Amino acid sequence: MAFDVAVVTFPGSNCDADLRWAVDNTAGLSARAVWHKSPDLDNGGKRPDAVLLPGGFSYGDYLRCGAIARFSPVMKAVVEFANAGGPVLGICNGFQVLTEAGLLPGALLSNRDQKFICEMVTLGKEGRDTPFTAGIPTTLRIPIAHHDGNYFADEDTLARIEGEGQVLFRYLSESGERVAGAAPNGALHDIAGICNAAGNVVGMMPHPERASDAALGSSDGASLFGALQSFLENQ
Amino acid sequence: MITARVFVSLKPGVLDPAGKAVNHGLHSLGFDEVSSVRLGKVIELSLEERPDAAERLEAMCQKLLANTVIESYRIEWPEKEG
Repeated sequence: MAFDVAVVTFPGSNCDADLRWAVDNTAGLSARAVWHKSPDLDNGGKRPDAVLLPGGFSYGDYLRCGAIARFSPVMKAVVEFANAGGPVLGICNGFQVLTEAGLLPGALLSNRDQKFICEMVTLGKEGRDTPFTAGIPTTLRIPIAHHDGNYFADEDTLARIEGEGQVLFRYLSESGERVAGAAPNGALHDIAGICNAAGNVVGMMPHPERASDAALGSSDGASLFGALQSFLENQ
Repeated sequence: MITARVFVSLKPGVLDPAGKAVNHGLHSLGFDEVSSVRLGKVIELSLEERPDAAERLEAMCQKLLANTVIESYRIEWPEKEG
């Protein structure tokens, strides 16, 4: 039987359908939509195997990106699931929601140049193994599409996540080299994605679901869902 | 009912691109005396008066109105402070 992957939909989520498609396109995974008002994540009383928070503009980005979504009824269950060690991935707005909820360190500021940036980027994968990144290629082409993706954390936090291998994705130059300042949005240390101290909660600004089929220009993003499938199988 | 105002702005040292853009705009208009601009927001609340109102507003700021990773906040009670 396929592993049950809950994909939360907030009012204003707009990448949830694409994300479910990318999950369903992965052998061994089955996506299930969960509305933000749901008091739990369960499927007929059974906990999901993984939880994904999609991109979009939940609650119109009112107050701050992700600030209101964090208080959606379903988030209590997401926090419990994460604290129990369950694999959680937040993409773009989902990453913002996870930082607002305190599940990931730091915050996402407005892009340095005050522009919405929608483009393909080259990412370097590094850091520790997580359910979504173990065994994936070390260089990936995945698009970004955001106005608030400028990762910020205070110096102590930055030193800690760098030291603990919690930086998972970094923006590289187009040719795939590590160049300080390669982040198109001004992110500190060119950080594009991180995980929590335990390694089970991952947040990233780039959209793997938008690079999950050759017809989309890149299928590199599919490797993250493949990694999840392998992780769940070997659990 | 009583009014409270919460001023939220990015902490010093946190890049404020919108503030920089406004600063640039002022310079273009010839207001060269401006050396920096920080943008923030004002949140005005009407509240029931209660003995622990200040404490509770502090909690609102910590939990929702400001993200203390990147923002600082200041509270004013215009009716109390005159």
